[in-house]
Amino acid sequence: MSRDIWLIFRRDLSLSMRNPAWIMIGIMQPVLYLVLFGPLMERVVSNTPGFPPGSSWTILTPALIIQLALFGSSFSGFGLLAEFRSGVLERLRVTPASRVALLLGKVLNNALQTVLQAILIIVLAFLVFDLDAPFGGIVLSLVIVGLTSTALASASYALALTIRNEQAFPALLNAVLMPVLLLSGILLPITTGLAPDWLYAISRINPFTHIVDAERASFRGDVTMDALFTGCVVLVVLTSVTVFWGARTFRRENA
Amino acid sequence: MITARGLARRFTARGRTVDAVKGVDLDVAEGELVGFLGPNGAGKTTTLRMLTTLLRPTSGEATVGGCDLLQDPVGVRRHIGYVAQGGGTAPECRVHEEIELQGRLYGLSKADSIRRGAELTEQLDLAGLDQRLTKTLSGGQRRRLDIALGLIHAPRLVFFDEPTTGLDPQSRANLWEHIRDLRAEHGVTLFLTTHYLDEADSLCDRILVIDNGEIVAEGSPDSLKASVSGDRVVVGVAEDSASAAAEAAGRLEGAHEVTVTGEGVRFRVPRGDTAMPELLRALDAAGIPMLSMQVQRPTLDDVFLTMTGRSLRDAEAAPAGEAAHVA
Ligand SMILES: Nc1ncnc2c1ncn2[C@@H]1O[C@H](COP(=O)(O)OP(=O)(O)OP(=O)(O)O)[C@@H](O)[C@H]1O
Ligand SMILES: [Mg+2]
Repeated sequence: MSRDIWLIFRRDLSLSMRNPAWIMIGIMQPVLYLVLFGPLMERVVSNTPGFPPGSSWTILTPALIIQLALFGSSFSGFGLLAEFRSGVLERLRVTPASRVALLLGKVLNNALQTVLQAILIIVLAFLVFDLDAPFGGIVLSLVIVGLTSTALASASYALALTIRNEQAFPALLNAVLMPVLLLSGILLPITTGLAPDWLYAISRINPFTHIVDAERASFRGDVTMDALFTGCVVLVVLTSVTVFWGARTFRRENA
Repeated sequence: MITARGLARRFTARGRTVDAVKGVDLDVAEGELVGFLGPNGAGKTTTLRMLTTLLRPTSGEATVGGCDLLQDPVGVRRHIGYVAQGGGTAPECRVHEEIELQGRLYGLSKADSIRRGAELTEQLDLAGLDQRLTKTLSGGQRRRLDIALGLIHAPRLVFFDEPTTGLDPQSRANLWEHIRDLRAEHGVTLFLTTHYLDEADSLCDRILVIDNGEIVAEGSPDSLKASVSGDRVVVGVAEDSASAAAEAAGRLEGAHEVTVTGEGVRFRVPRGDTAMPELLRALDAAGIPMLSMQVQRPTLDDVFLTMTGRSLRDAEAAPAGEAAHVA
């Protein structure tokens, strides 16, 4: 099983490394936010009460990294649809390799890519902007973003294989991702101090809100139970459920 | 090598159900080369996908390569090679990458898959294409790569879904040769689908004719052809003596489907070669001069025509006239 995972991981990795430009294009969006939106936040944060503790860069950078995972990994199912159409998936499914390994190898590659992109963004925020975060916290935040990417990629693969439609798939994703993005307080944190009660209440239902909160806490170096507990529980549950869903879809006999 | 009983598959899409395969029984012995012959949509691919664990049968059971299809699908996958009708190479991958990955997924070491891949690319005329992206291969080259991938682990049982579609005549002959070698030299059992009559005829020990999800005939190419009611004979006589000639033909042993045409008489008889001299004498005795004659051995298309009332060659065109005549 681990050998199969490794083989699939290596194949996908070498395919994505064939076009390293995509990795750069993938971080364009968060970089633009850092450059064109971050300076705006700096003033707002210092003049408005209700923001979480920390400088504007320790609020924005971790959130942008989760956004990166959100948009980078959710569409990975699209590539799977191409492999489905070209018969590659069927060719792999008829080998004795574990079908779950096919999923995990791909997911691992998605997670690695997201983590690499996250590192680039953090380095940029450190060098160019005023980001200040402890090393341990950064490492923890990378683990969080890696798991987030794992969860999203698994769900994306499962969804793609379930609906199997190149038009419906991105349309559905866009419809889901937009509210998820807005309700997770990525650009402006949804706190009791800033948001009306009803909006705050809805945002708490969104699992990504808690993940973004945990990511911000680890950037602050606030590794207390209080700050991290909910986010980590949500993340572990989300990852388990989506990987299970993906595994079940890949293992299903009727592809 | 393969035993299947009552294998069936129903597809349900948007409330419409299609019974793609309706209870197929199969027995393929070790070392056999069996062909699955049928028109488009007959259920060939669906049957193959069930036998290769890619599709769960709606009902029925099977053992493939000694493993139970439903209880031990991984065992089945370990023992078989499968080349899908549409192929399965990733456009952005290099030929050698695909070959190596495929071998390793079957448990070969890196060195072994490279060595085995080199052997196969040589045999299948793919030498020198190692570094090419598969999307840059020609259709026939890509088809041969599909076949190499299906054979990488030297399986004892191979399923080929229309292996020669898209190949030029020379590559096709070359692949036939390769398939024959696999069987002759390595004792590999082969199960292939085709809608080329000549392919089924010259390649296979045994043919299963499938139509509308059911096996309608089964046997060696020769026995199948023999089961069609004999050779087709066309005799040319002058128009005014045609009915007398038809009478004489009708008296031949086993003659049937006697039809008077504008130029003479057409009928079927079990052995055309021995019937001809007899007919010649009969016509002579009746004073009818024979202008021409033609004896045609039955083809697999005749088999198909007899079994289904449609011609395989143009199951989609309208063979209504002839079909009606046979029926
Ligand atoms: N996934 C599917 N969903 C719905 N119907 C299907 C599906 N796969 C096959 N069918 C239907 O099942 C029938 C048999 O298809 P199959 O692909 O087995 O035919 P075939 O004999 O391989 O034909 P061909 O010579 O064209 O390859 C067809 O009517 C086809 O439309
Ligand atoms: Mg087919």
